[in-house]
Formats: sequence, structure tokens, C-alpha cells
Amino acid sequence: MIEAIPLTHWLTLSTLLFFIGVYGFLTRSNLITILISIELILNAVNINLLAFNKYLYPEALEGHFFSLFVIAVAASEAAVAVAIFINLYRNINTVEVEEVNKMKY
Amino acid sequence: MNNESIIFYILSAVLLVSGVLAVTGRRILRAAVFLLFALSSIAALYFLLGFFFLAAVQIIVYIGGIVVLIIFSILLTHHIEHRLKKPSLNKMLMSALGTMVGAGACLLTIWNHPFPEASNVEPITTMDNIGTKMLGFGEGGYVLPFELISVLLLTAMIAVIVIAKRKENLPS
Repeated sequence: MIEAIPLTHWLTLSTLLFFIGVYGFLTRSNLITILISIELILNAVNINLLAFNKYLYPEALEGHFFSLFVIAVAASEAAVAVAIFINLYRNINTVEVEEVNKMKY
Repeated sequence: MNNESIIFYILSAVLLVSGVLAVTGRRILRAAVFLLFALSSIAALYFLLGFFFLAAVQIIVYIGGIVVLIIFSILLTHHIEHRLKKPSLNKMLMSALGTMVGAGACLLTIWNHPFPEASNVEPITTMDNIGTKMLGFGEGGYVLPFELISVLLLTAMIAVIVIAKRKENLPS
């Protein structure tokens, strides 16, 4: 049964994944890899919400819906971010963070 | 150790290893592929928790949508063999220190907090319940956030078209 796994192990897993994402966010210098780190962070939060939903309030669906909304927001965010990267690449021919200091239209 | 525990620990190991490789790998395309592995193991963890609809959404939206989008943007902006440059040692050390302090604080709190785990009740994550709650107006209904999300998706779609549209070349 799923009850054989304690809740703290799920939370430990999501904490570690979250901070792996934060580490990537801090060290990477390429916009696309920063986007990858952000996706990892959002997924860690989703695991957290679902574990709480399953273990503490199994009669409710709140964690489920919050995860759905997080996924929808992440999808639209990724789409907008990729559009901005393509536009940046078209204008200044790079997606490195150090080079991107203008948002001139 | 029953079957579920063994599956959980294997999936966790796959998830953490591919997560670390996705944020530290030198080759940008491999980082995206390791992100794909990480997201697939997260979908498997959702199946293990019993959230079947959400696991399907994870596979469709993340693996089928976002990862493909990221890979396309990599192919459009980098050479396929592109290697990222190494961050400076100072930056790596300071980031590792900061994340370890944060993770340590969180883990200490988690392991010391007594969580009142609920007794076993029937799972209610059937499609019937999800649909009724999602579009419900009454207590615990989620119709307003649902509509807000639809407006957000429409806005994002229009924004993407406007941003990525090639501007007409003005006659010189």
C-alpha cells in the first residue's frame, strides 16, 4: 500500500528537487537552461501539493486542482518565454544572460 | 519493504539524478532530455499516488508540450553540439552553499513536524468527482479559477503571436 511510504519521504523528495532547481537557476547563464530549472521548481511544488492532498486530506481535491492550475500557468509561461527567446535571438543573436540587457522594441 | 516503497525509491533516485544532470550538464540538448526523464518519473509518481488524471495531464502538457517546445527553441538558437560554458567556481560554491542552507532548514522543519495523517478513506479522484468539483458553483467549487485560467491561456496565446511575429520590412 501507499501508506507504507511516510509523508516525510515525499516532502524530502520535493525539497531536494526544489533546491536542485534553485541551484540551476543560480548557476546557469543561458536563458533556456534557466527555463529548465524553473520547470523543475514548479514540478517540485506540484509533488508537495499532491502528497499533502493524498496523506492529510484525502477527502478533498484542493491539491489536485492547485496542481492543475500550476501546470496551466507553467505551460503559458513556457510558451511566452520561448517566444521571447526566439525574438531575442532574432535581434541580438544570443540567449546568454550577460548579453541580454536591453528590452528595446 | 513492499512493492510500492521499492518503486517509490527507484523513481525518486531516477528523478533526483536526472534533475541534477539537467541543471549541471554541459551539453544543452542533453539537459533538455534529462528534464524529459525527470518529468516522466514525476508522472509515474503521480500514478503511484493515485492521481491518474493529473498524471495524464503531466504527460500531455509537460512531456508532450513544454519539453518539445524547449527542444525546438534549443534547435533554433544553438548548434546541436553546443556546450555551455562552465560557471565560475566562486559562483558554484556560493550557490551550492545557499541551496544547502535552504534545503537543510526545510528538511529540519519537515522531519521535526508531526503531520496528522488522515485515516484511510475511499479515494475520490474519479473523473466524475473532478469534473463536478471543477465546474461547481457551491462549496469547494472551482469554476472561477477555471475561467481565469482560460482567460490566462488566451492572453498567453495572443502574446506569443504578437511577440514572435516577424515584423514587416519597411521599404527603405
